[in-house]
Amino acid sequence: MDKNSLIINLEDISFGYPGRPPTLDNLNLRLGQGDRMGLIGPNGSGKTTLFHIIVGLLRPSSGRIEIFGAPLKGEKDFRVVRQRIGFLFQDADDQLFSPTVLEDVAFGPLNLGKSQNEAKAIAQRTLDSLGLAGFEDRITHKLSGGEKRLVSLATVLAMEPEVLLLDEPSTGLDETTEKRTVDILKGLDLSYIVVSHNVDFLMETTDYIKCMANGKIMVNDERIPHSHIHIHEHGRHPHDHSRK
Amino acid sequence: MIEELAGGDSLIRRLDPRVKIVVVFLFSVAVAVSNRFVVLMLALGLGLCIVLAARLPIKQLVRRLVPVNMFIILLWFFLPFTFEGEPLFSVGPLVGTHEGVLYAARISIKSNAIMVILIALVASTSILTLGHAMHELRVPKKIVHLFFFTYRYIHVIHREYLRLVSAMKVRGFRPGTNVHTYKTFAYLVGMLLVRSSDRAERVHNAMLCRGFSGNLYSLSEFSLKTRDMISLILMLALILALGVLEWTKIA
Repeated sequence: MDKNSLIINLEDISFGYPGRPPTLDNLNLRLGQGDRMGLIGPNGSGKTTLFHIIVGLLRPSSGRIEIFGAPLKGEKDFRVVRQRIGFLFQDADDQLFSPTVLEDVAFGPLNLGKSQNEAKAIAQRTLDSLGLAGFEDRITHKLSGGEKRLVSLATVLAMEPEVLLLDEPSTGLDETTEKRTVDILKGLDLSYIVVSHNVDFLMETTDYIKCMANGKIMVNDERIPHSHIHIHEHGRHPHDHSRK
Repeated sequence: MIEELAGGDSLIRRLDPRVKIVVVFLFSVAVAVSNRFVVLMLALGLGLCIVLAARLPIKQLVRRLVPVNMFIILLWFFLPFTFEGEPLFSVGPLVGTHEGVLYAARISIKSNAIMVILIALVASTSILTLGHAMHELRVPKKIVHLFFFTYRYIHVIHREYLRLVSAMKVRGFRPGTNVHTYKTFAYLVGMLLVRSSDRAERVHNAMLCRGFSGNLYSLSEFSLKTRDMISLILMLALILALGVLEWTKIA
């Protein structure tokens, strides 16, 4: 891979929470321009921690972080980087803190120094593009779970990031909203990393899937044939399965 | 929980929220420092007129006044007997004084007058507008932020509370007067605190990721109309009149 097209380059990152075995153990990760990477791994394998390290909310105990071709050291470097990386949190209630939808979506652009009118216009445009027109004055805490997730995505996209980090974007969504999220992601001209337990979702939205285990990212391209035998009552109705 | 009430349209509802806040603030100060019964009764009357003009359902108004007055009833049990002065009545060995009764009466009228006008304000203005108006009035940013975040997350915390309570119920918890109950409630409160603090950290992180640097911006703009100016001047005149009445002791 050409070094210039590398967006995220993590080298030998280690990180541990006190009193527990290391969460990340000499982890290496490279994301190039246009890459759409899926990340799968058991609970507690450090996927969210990895995201937090990329945007500098957590600092690794050792290793090198290079984003957009420049090494990052202090809070100041990360602050710049955060404006170009959109991070979608697992719980939308953490992300939506403004009273109304429009204010929440405009929050990022305003922080980037846009004027009130510009910020409003960007927010409006973003909401429209996600099919959320008419949501402007809705009260954020009264939205349904699916609506909250889509609005959170809008708040992130409104900052016009170059990369997205999506932490379990499909969890808790019904089939329709999940499909809508898939379509939105496929329509974006962005590089992103998606963390999910949902293989179908990753297959549809990403170019390749990597697996996280033992604090490392495993290279495992082997295709293992397997089948899912599936029969039960109520099969006619739309439903989810936690064991896929 | 904290929801604006009066759904209908009224003059008070359409007033500039900044005017309302200023008026309520000055009115409360004036009432709080006044001592003459004429002044206090007039203030209470004025408050009632305003709350009626806000077209607030009487039932809602009464429901909101109950908690304050429960507290005031408590005062009536103590104040008349603990104030020194001319004896007025006696209950067994306890002697109630003239001064004590007057003092309790004053507190009752004052609190109700202030409550009534506060209710008129809160019921006729959405929480968001209130916050933005506070910001416009140069109320310290931290207070405005606290106000907004309380509004936004009180629901989330309440939901978390309900979840914990149901989790306790489904495992057969029935509160009683015993150590087990106290301990369980202590765990509940502790759990809520820990979860709220975790939540706060996650929200802060999410904000940092979107470039938060200590400033919250408001998208709403207010403009003072003639109607707002007239109301403001009228109310200021009335408050001033109350002040003059208190100070000069005429009438």
